[in-house]
Amino acid sequence: MSVGRLIWANLFRNKKRTFLTVASVTVAFFLFGALRSVITTLDAAAEVGSEARLVTSSASGITFPLPEAHASRLAAVSGITRVSWANWFGGYYRDPQDFFAQFAIKADTYLPMYPEIEITAGDADAFLRERTAAIVGVGLLEKYGWQVGQTVTLQGTFLPGDWEFTIRAAYTPTNPSFGDANMYFHYEYLYERSNGQISPGWFVLQLNDPDRAADVAAQIDALFENSTAPTKTETERAFQAGFITMWGNIGFLVRAIGTAVFFAILFVAANTMMMAVRERIGEIAVLKTIGFKNGMLSALVVLESVLITVLGGAVGLGAAKLMFMGKTPLSAFFPGFGVTTGTIGLGLGLAVLLGLVSGAIPALQSARLSVVNALRRVA
Amino acid sequence: MSSPSSEATAAPTGGASGRVLVEIRNLTKAYRRGSEVIHVFENVDLDIREGEFLALMGPSGSGKSTLLNILAGLDTADQGSVTVDGQEITRMNAKQLAVWRSVNIGFIFQFYNLLPVLTAAQNVELPLLLTNLPKKQRREHVMTALEVVGLTDRAQHFPRQLSGGQQQRVGIARAIVSDPTIILGDEPTGDLDSASGNEILSLLEQLNSQFGKTILMVTHDPHAAERAQATMHMDKGVLSR
Repeated sequence: MSVGRLIWANLFRNKKRTFLTVASVTVAFFLFGALRSVITTLDAAAEVGSEARLVTSSASGITFPLPEAHASRLAAVSGITRVSWANWFGGYYRDPQDFFAQFAIKADTYLPMYPEIEITAGDADAFLRERTAAIVGVGLLEKYGWQVGQTVTLQGTFLPGDWEFTIRAAYTPTNPSFGDANMYFHYEYLYERSNGQISPGWFVLQLNDPDRAADVAAQIDALFENSTAPTKTETERAFQAGFITMWGNIGFLVRAIGTAVFFAILFVAANTMMMAVRERIGEIAVLKTIGFKNGMLSALVVLESVLITVLGGAVGLGAAKLMFMGKTPLSAFFPGFGVTTGTIGLGLGLAVLLGLVSGAIPALQSARLSVVNALRRVA
Repeated sequence: MSSPSSEATAAPTGGASGRVLVEIRNLTKAYRRGSEVIHVFENVDLDIREGEFLALMGPSGSGKSTLLNILAGLDTADQGSVTVDGQEITRMNAKQLAVWRSVNIGFIFQFYNLLPVLTAAQNVELPLLLTNLPKKQRREHVMTALEVVGLTDRAQHFPRQLSGGQQQRVGIARAIVSDPTIILGDEPTGDLDSASGNEILSLLEQLNSQFGKTILMVTHDPHAAERAQATMHMDKGVLSR
């Protein structure tokens, strides 16, 4: 027998209580894994945007369009090598609740600026040649069982009606956070169907020198400052980060929930260990009589506590990892959503900390226990 | 309670070698209960020779268990000294006492106090976890101790699967497994029927006569005390023979 065997035996002394405690820790760490993954996914999404591309949108907000005439003036700005633009479409396929992103793009200039969109099925040229053609992410192909060459009908929202698109290519993102569930189609198609009521939602500009991004952005905004459509220009990464903040202070909310859960579980685990020590007062006294030192007995209690929290933490984090592996319903809202190795590492670290803190008071109790009084109480 | 004082020197008998193993001098202990000071005993002197089997009798509250606890290094004296095998334990701190106990004391409890989650063999092995003995040697020591108490066939049984007498025999095996300097028993037959109690007393006699173990046993039972080589009485803090 080893000291480890003694800890293990004590752990299963009251199987129901241990199981319930481990289960509550498991649920808490599953929640931690899921909530933390929302933050890491949002952080990763904010990093997706390139520092070598600028986004020019209306100074009044992303929902206000800009005149197409801005394009030629933007192209003339020193440091800009390519100009393209895009619009949000906001349609849906069959079910309004079944969300995925659709963008109307100025395709001939947009695609060369986005190496992240790697065509892995179909033909980009076929897409460029056909006005009603679309490129879709492989995630959408898989989700809806679509195939390249198939015509699909979306329902428009702010431009109501049936919108038919022929899938001519599918892409696989080079970065998972870019998302594989987007749809791109021709801006010209949107423009024609809207009878010319549509203009670019935002411009994307390729920089020849990312180090000059701030200067060029300031130059552009100064250029349109006194126009009818003033602009706000920033790097695509900053633009993405701003877009992420439209989720509200989700990070704060998630952290607040996580902290509350942590403390709730801390009290559960501490209570369990205190009950366990209280039950074993006589046995602790016997071990002291035999010659076990206070430090060793405290270590036994703390290790038992850590074992409970790490066991629960590992199961909870493992379950979260498995549940959010591959395609999940959350992937549509958070491309690349998954439990990262960093989250698992942080979670296990917290589980150890939780075990140490929740075991501290019972450990102190066992160290301070008077053998004579404890034996008298048992007798 | 008045201020009692007492002196008891056990004469060498039976397997005793004549060498004084335990030397208690001017031992004083009092408890404070609220504003009242309760003197348990005062200026107690006692010599126990190596190889002696002594019984300590006395009514409840007479101080015999307190004396036993101080001798085991579990309780502290207010005054006086306790020297065991040349080491004055009353000068030791808690940490030193824990180490000293693991080497020198084998304690037998009235209520066996076995750990219910461990088998008989694992319970017996507990004191050896504090030594540097390798697993194989620990196992050999455990089986030897269980053989002495006649329980090798119950080594893998849990306490709940054993009778009271068997549990106490496991408790004795645990007390002797590390070959301590002295065995202290706090009413080791107090929770047993007379047949089981007799078995335990025979075992203690055997440990004393065959293995030369020094034993001090606190008991209420005159029949149990008769099995020891000598009986001391403690009453109102006064120790007498």
